[in-house]
Amino acid sequence: MPTSTAKIEEIVSREYQHGFYTPIEEETVPAGLNEDIVRLISAKKNEPQWLTEWRLKAYRHWLTMREPTWQNVRYQPIDYDAIHYYSAPKMKKQPKSLDEVDPELLRTYEKLGIPLREQELLAGVAVDAVFDSVSVATTFKEKLAEHGVIFCSFSEAVQNYPELVRRYLGTVVPYSDNFFAALNSAVFSDGSFCFVPKGVRCPMELSTYFRINAAKTGQFERTLIVAEEGAYVSYLEGCTAPMRDENQLHAAVVELIALEGAEIKYSTVQNWYPGDKEGRGGIYNFVTKRGICLGRRSKISWTQVETGSAITWKYPSVILRGDESVGEFYSVALTNHYQQADTGTKMIHLGRGTRSTILSKAISAGHGQNSYRGLVKVMRGAERARNYTQCDSLLIGDRCGAHTFPYMEVRNSSAIVEHEATTSKISEEQLFYCQSRGISLEDAVSMIVSGFCRQVFQELPMEFAVEAHKLMGVSLEGAIG
Amino acid sequence: MTMAKQPILEIRNLHVSVNHTPILRGIDLVIHHGEVHAIMGPNGSGKSTLCYVLAGREGYTITEGQVLYDGKNLLAMSPEERAQAGLFLAFQYPVEIPGVGNMYFLRTALNAIRKHRGLEPIDAMDFLQLVREKAKLVGIDERLLKRSVNEGFSGGEKKRNEVLQMAILEPTLAILDETDSGLDIDALRIVADGVNALRNDQHAVLAITHYQRLLEYLVPDYVHVLIGGQIVCSGGPELAAELERRGYAELGSQVTAVVQ
Ligand SMILES: Nc1ncnc2c1ncn2[C@@H]1O[C@H](COP(=O)(O)OP(=O)(O)OP(=O)(O)O)[C@@H](O)[C@H]1O
Ligand SMILES: [Mg+2]
Repeated sequence: MPTSTAKIEEIVSREYQHGFYTPIEEETVPAGLNEDIVRLISAKKNEPQWLTEWRLKAYRHWLTMREPTWQNVRYQPIDYDAIHYYSAPKMKKQPKSLDEVDPELLRTYEKLGIPLREQELLAGVAVDAVFDSVSVATTFKEKLAEHGVIFCSFSEAVQNYPELVRRYLGTVVPYSDNFFAALNSAVFSDGSFCFVPKGVRCPMELSTYFRINAAKTGQFERTLIVAEEGAYVSYLEGCTAPMRDENQLHAAVVELIALEGAEIKYSTVQNWYPGDKEGRGGIYNFVTKRGICLGRRSKISWTQVETGSAITWKYPSVILRGDESVGEFYSVALTNHYQQADTGTKMIHLGRGTRSTILSKAISAGHGQNSYRGLVKVMRGAERARNYTQCDSLLIGDRCGAHTFPYMEVRNSSAIVEHEATTSKISEEQLFYCQSRGISLEDAVSMIVSGFCRQVFQELPMEFAVEAHKLMGVSLEGAIG
Repeated sequence: MTMAKQPILEIRNLHVSVNHTPILRGIDLVIHHGEVHAIMGPNGSGKSTLCYVLAGREGYTITEGQVLYDGKNLLAMSPEERAQAGLFLAFQYPVEIPGVGNMYFLRTALNAIRKHRGLEPIDAMDFLQLVREKAKLVGIDERLLKRSVNEGFSGGEKKRNEVLQMAILEPTLAILDETDSGLDIDALRIVADGVNALRNDQHAVLAITHYQRLLEYLVPDYVHVLIGGQIVCSGGPELAAELERRGYAELGSQVTAVVQ
């Protein structure tokens, strides 16, 4: 047996870097879910009546639903009564500035490489930091406001821009959409809200950094991004969690709305705790992300790098309603040890001349299982719609698996839908070639994996490309340039 | 000079099997600094196998014998250690690495070797200049440098890319596995020039080839004939010419008679 296989597996088995816990006093509601808990969360957030009602409707609907079972993942049943649905660091009042934020929290983000003090931040990125159930700080708010851009925590948006929230909330992902979306709609605690008005090009990257800290809690955040006519915004999302033996549930909802000529670029580097080498612990990541290209020539682009979580269940999708609108999905999913990912996208073509591109790169190592699941649906009115899908899988070792489930429904004969798929093993020949040039096996693996992901990494904003490369065990110089 | 007498490579009675099939059956070969050796031999005689064993590829079982590189046990070293110690193999079939930029690959390789020699990573501008200069020397289109390693390169372009790597890494012992095959006449001269540029009493070359033509540009000190996993005869440059005239079959049958 080639000795390098064992060595390669060792190389890809890095320790999780962000597994620490912040000892901080948190306020947590009792475990379990009922209407009182839903009302309690809503009351804590001082929400208007309509939102409390919306949550309750979602909760009642959720009670009628079953957890989906069609995905190609296996996990212990989730006990929804054992979960705490709300947990927040104790703060006397909502901090007005960073000086009022608990220094322990600031240190946590610093440790994660996300300094929240504006002078220390990367100049071009505004950050909303969400800690367990609440947003602890949002940076560069004033600067963004000068351009008319609203970027704040979801809770603040409910207080300060209730009409906007009410107009758009649930319009892309209705509370009845699926089991996890219904649960989220009932108990979501915080998240980010972003509104870019007509004709404005958002002057900096916006980002939300999610951190799960408390034990036995779920994280249910909600993000809503609206880009009005001709607006542009690039949004980044990052996340980490402490190492724990038990599994924790993360069920988020993200809704994107692009009006005529608007463009939203949404990038994720998902690095939730993946569990240990034996598959103990790790985050269950059940996320609903969807955007709608409402107006003509609008564009929504999802880029994701999924390296964390024990279970990933996630299909960032685009509804292409506006004529000539464009949807894109670029994905790298890496599963190692006992991680399982079932991820992909849905592109729903409604408008004429709509176009979508799907590029999925799956890397499996150890006992990791990686499934691509994608739906391309062309409705009757979608004249000349086009889709191009490419799914590539790379296997490292011989105990892992890669699976592809492409679904196509084409109801317009002028549409062109193309699908290509490849599966390959990390090649001994390539590794030897690199080594014979003096490059260590470790660097060779990184180099080849990073080369495999290059087309997706190229879609990431610079700051995230750095992070993504590091995650893949690659220095930035790697695949870029 | 006493330096020149120290062999860079010493192969003693090397036997190698692949999947229990003996491929190399007792190779003896000594190469000194400053020498150029050529190995010729029919298809399947074990030339590439020898190259891979020297470069450290997996999948080969050494059943007997030893190999010393600069007096050290070569077979105990990992492929990257061999490269860092100055051994270079130009592949008969260079490998494509999609998504990895050619320039980046070259720089990573050069820096790995520099690090081993206790040198700082090369400055980006200096590197660019070095690559441009060498690319010109080996006649490689600069556009190839911006593409992924060997991906979609023509056969000849891949071979030139190997020579470019060699020119940049400046190995102590360069092993060329049929680098001349598939090259046009001009390229052949360029390869030879590339090798000749390395030729001084610090460097050594082991060139595998089927054609005497390369050896006209690259006059070897010794020519060895490998048949059936054994070096059946060795001689000076004139042996290559003789082979070209008479073919392996005749030589082979003569030698087989001697061996048995
Ligand atoms: N992995 C392997 N499994 C089985 N047989 C092998 C393997 N590698 C090499 N061989 C056999 O070993 C013999 C020598 O192969 P090698 O590639 O060294 O020949 P060569 O002299 O380089 O030939 P050519 O001139 O065609 O390049 C051949 O018969 C080949 O089929
Ligand atoms: Mg060969």
